[in-house]
Amino acid sequence: MITKRIIPCLDVLDGRVVKGVNFKGLSDVSSPVTLGKYYSDNGADELVFYDITASSDGRALFTDILKEVASTIFIPLTVGGGINTLDDFDRVLKCGADKVSVNSGAIKNPNLILDAAKRYGDQCVVLSVDAKRVEGKFRVFAKGGRVDTGLDAIEWIKRGVDNGAGEIVLNSIDTDGVKNGFDLEMLQAVTEVVSVPVIASGGAGKIDDFITLFKTLPKVDAGLAASIFHFGEVKISDLKQELYKNGIPTRIIKE
Amino acid sequence: MVVIVDYGVGNLYSLKSSFSAIGVEVVTTGDKSVIEKADKIILPGVGAFRDAIEKLKATGLDKVVVERAKAGVPLLGICLGMQLLFDKSFEYGEYDGLGLIKGEIRPIGSVIPKELKIPHIGWNALTLSKPKSEIFKYLSDGDCVYFVHSYYGANCNEFVTATTEYGANLTASVQSGNVYGCQFHPEKSGSVGLSILKAFCEL
Repeated sequence: MITKRIIPCLDVLDGRVVKGVNFKGLSDVSSPVTLGKYYSDNGADELVFYDITASSDGRALFTDILKEVASTIFIPLTVGGGINTLDDFDRVLKCGADKVSVNSGAIKNPNLILDAAKRYGDQCVVLSVDAKRVEGKFRVFAKGGRVDTGLDAIEWIKRGVDNGAGEIVLNSIDTDGVKNGFDLEMLQAVTEVVSVPVIASGGAGKIDDFITLFKTLPKVDAGLAASIFHFGEVKISDLKQELYKNGIPTRIIKE
Repeated sequence: MVVIVDYGVGNLYSLKSSFSAIGVEVVTTGDKSVIEKADKIILPGVGAFRDAIEKLKATGLDKVVVERAKAGVPLLGICLGMQLLFDKSFEYGEYDGLGLIKGEIRPIGSVIPKELKIPHIGWNALTLSKPKSEIFKYLSDGDCVYFVHSYYGANCNEFVTATTEYGANLTASVQSGNVYGCQFHPEKSGSVGLSILKAFCEL
């Protein structure tokens, strides 16, 4: 049986891992290579590296780091941040990324998903969506969750999957940083309309939040989190033991 | 010398790095004369079967790979590279493969329940055939490896060395003499995957 994936997300700025709470107030955590290796050794099923650098120098540094990561860590790597063109896909895939996550780039150019899926295959294209409740609806936000695009999140995700997105990362702005559990309501609304894997993001504060996620919504394939892993509040090896004890299919690493 | 056959399909960065990580020197090349001298050959591949087999044939590398395999050089096909070893594939049509493994490549959608997602993506457990294939000498039943595929090896029972359960028992790996194939990605399967590559290099 396919296992539920646990995915730490590493936001990288100028070569260092950072994590914001509600996308504001970034604080330095650690080296991407060291932290990535630590997670991989402790049972992470996949790593997401998010490049939040704006400058071109920073971007070059990021791809150097990505190469180092890909030659040290042998689990699937997803890369996002600043992906606006097929050349951006090419740039990170050549450095060892397996999947590429698009967010604002797809909002600016909806053909990006279609073109990338045609060239690299659906399995390579991840649509990442930051969504928030506005007037009782789920709305897509851009620019790190600061700008309301006016797009309906459910419609946007359906369209992305039709265009060839092979996986959805749904980040709820409403629960992000609150550490009181994933946004089950929003996730359910999405799993009901798509047939591709859905990765839950935003809100995990403790091991029980992951158990609740997978027990309540069996259609969710993976749980993603950042700070609770970075600050050692949840150890991935402990999390996986608890998932296993609760009958949730999981990959346990042998000692 | 271990050679990764480069015929212009997919990105070989991680695969190359995974051999460095186990301390094995590899050469990535599309040069026939280098492949002819290899002690071990890796046939990678991602994407569609037709594209890949056409590229292999256009470069003439199909003949070298088959000839070296028949001469007894250990050959490992990975993912689409495994599928290319088969007699034929029914991915978007019907295409001949290299004919090193008897059987054919068919869509997983024809054997798994409708509610399961396609492609089969993620970590799944292996059930190893007995006796264990030499390349699995460091593995135990239930070890997880990373899959990304929509097609699988069918009608190849006598060559199956491991299966994985995804609504049906799907072929995870095959072996016929010195010819090996893994549907999953050892280079993305953590320490379990690296131990498979290590065992292959130790053949």
